[in-house]
Amino acid sequence: MLKIENLHVKLEEEDKVILKGVDLTVEAGKVHAIMGPNGSGKSTLSYVLAGRDGYEVTEGSAQLDGVELLDMDPEERAAAGLFLAFQYPVEIPGVGNMTFLRTAVNAQRKARGEEEMSAGEFLKVIREKAKALKIDADMMKRPVNVGFSGGEKKRNEILQMAMLEPRMCILDETDSGLDVDAMKLVSEGVNALRDAGRAFLVITHYQRLLDHIKPDVVHIMADGRIVKTGGPELALEVERNGYAGILSEVA
Amino acid sequence: MALAQRKSDALTARIAGLDLQVGDWSEAARKDALSRLAAMGLPDRRDEYWRYTDPAALTAPAAPAAAPSDADDGALVFDSIDRLRLVFVDGVFDAAASDDPALAGVEISRLAEGGALHWARDLYGTLETRAQTPVARPLATLNTAFARDGVLIRVTERAVRPVALIYRQGSKGSDAILHHCVKVEAGSELTVLESGTAAARVNCVLEVDIAEGGRFHHIRMQGRDHDRHALTHVFARLAAESLFKSFTLTANGRLTRNEAVIEILGDDAVAHVAGAALGDGDFHQDDTVFVTHGAERGESRQVFKKVLRNGATGVFQGKILVKQGAQKTDGYQISQSLLLDEDSQFLAKPELEIYADDVKCSHGSTSGAIDETALFYLRSRGLPEKAAQSLLVLAFLAEALAEIEDEALAEDIRARLENWLTRQEASAATMDGDAPEARG
Repeated sequence: MLKIENLHVKLEEEDKVILKGVDLTVEAGKVHAIMGPNGSGKSTLSYVLAGRDGYEVTEGSAQLDGVELLDMDPEERAAAGLFLAFQYPVEIPGVGNMTFLRTAVNAQRKARGEEEMSAGEFLKVIREKAKALKIDADMMKRPVNVGFSGGEKKRNEILQMAMLEPRMCILDETDSGLDVDAMKLVSEGVNALRDAGRAFLVITHYQRLLDHIKPDVVHIMADGRIVKTGGPELALEVERNGYAGILSEVA
Repeated sequence: MALAQRKSDALTARIAGLDLQVGDWSEAARKDALSRLAAMGLPDRRDEYWRYTDPAALTAPAAPAAAPSDADDGALVFDSIDRLRLVFVDGVFDAAASDDPALAGVEISRLAEGGALHWARDLYGTLETRAQTPVARPLATLNTAFARDGVLIRVTERAVRPVALIYRQGSKGSDAILHHCVKVEAGSELTVLESGTAAARVNCVLEVDIAEGGRFHHIRMQGRDHDRHALTHVFARLAAESLFKSFTLTANGRLTRNEAVIEILGDDAVAHVAGAALGDGDFHQDDTVFVTHGAERGESRQVFKKVLRNGATGVFQGKILVKQGAQKTDGYQISQSLLLDEDSQFLAKPELEIYADDVKCSHGSTSGAIDETALFYLRSRGLPEKAAQSLLVLAFLAEALAEIEDEALAEDIRARLENWLTRQEASAATMDGDAPEARG
């Protein structure tokens, strides 16, 4: 589903190279996790895939089902089925959460040449999905993420994911700032979306999220590259020995 | 003396073609205004109060030409609102195009009607005169002296529907001087709507006197007429427990200066003035506001938001003056601009002057670009760039729009704004063609 090859990325504003040849393939129906120390380039990878400004791809490619992502605008990538759950969901004062989500769902449908969702249908679907994530009506009426707690923001990301039904979901440190209960809720939301036609790339520092969202493959990223790939046991090894042990072993 | 001479020559040239209406109840006020005007002279760029806005086009002998705008907005604004329509063409009342001015509890007459006696004699020019200190506003005085038409409205009950002043431009070089007076008697309530292009050049004064417990709402749409020059003054005087709320949406026009001078004279009064402006290209829009708290427990709010692009200029000069004894005053002032490119500019001069020791006053002014992080967030959810930008623009204006109390009116304005923004998206898209970055 997602195929990243030899991806090199530098910051646009300064001569700092962040990704130094990332190779990664995520198959449909699978959950891949990327772990790695601070500054290894994990978040940069997620932003570059989603199309954020400020990065320059100097080499390599990233394809979603054979279509080059890196040539597309962020909204085109979204319509093609890519979704990034932000590490820090953005607060947008003045824009109602519900309005925003409905606009987004219909913008994607329109871009794909599908029929727009009626207000009634949308309301029915969102009520059901919000309930599962314990998001109440008040949160839906409030401006996007404004005044939301850390847990509420992350739940809101998952709700967006559930409504937009992307094929390729990237979760950037979705566990950061979550307490145990919130992590469980968010993980359940993610697990409910696991499907043969959908893939996940879960970026995290810690093993604990992977207790809830069981990965099929775990990658270790360091200094802009994937340095080791293995099964779920690799995450446990990180938990036991830290990154230092693994990195010295790789080096 | 050179300065005085120059000012006096400019005044002579400006008023050469104007007639001073005599022989009716307004004569004394008009003559008084003329003599005050002669003493003040016309403003120019050297006046501190006109530092950010060049009044030359407003003081020139003839109106700079402006093609009448197409049927577009003026006529259609507030179309869905049940209202009493009073139509002015080039600043002159058009009875045939207007509704029968009959509204329970509201007495409506025309300034140009004349007559020996009128209740408005005590109001016409009175608030304008009071507003001349500490800052002179000679163009309002010129208006009092030479206004050709306007409405005089006295409200004695709670009006069941708004009075809509609909302005149309008939000819290319028209020069309108309009002067309206509204007297809101104790416990009564009225909403006045204004919309449309009045003329190529407009000088409009609205004097509003609100008695105890009276409520007055003012909603104004200065539409998408690209070339007109407009200067407006709203003078309001508030008695105890009264309420004044004014909201203006300005979307283009070559030059617009909206002044509001509000005086709170009775305890527990509330005065809110708000404005939203969308400026594109050769656009200069100025909000100049002066709120005086002269009584206890008054509440005032000034909320101004401007979205500027393609070299547009926005100006805000706002002052809150709290007089001695005006204890427990609650004053708030915010002016913000969203600059969509580096060619546009926002000039702000927020001021507080406080002589009472137990008050709460705050003010703030900011200027910034669109939030790139928010823009990316919206786009990453599938919103096309222009749509995401429109959504953020609407969100930016929301605080000003929230000042419109009536839900139906607020919805009408919001819908129009959305329509304009979408049209801008569409026209930007067609214009882009080969150069996608040509227009934001």
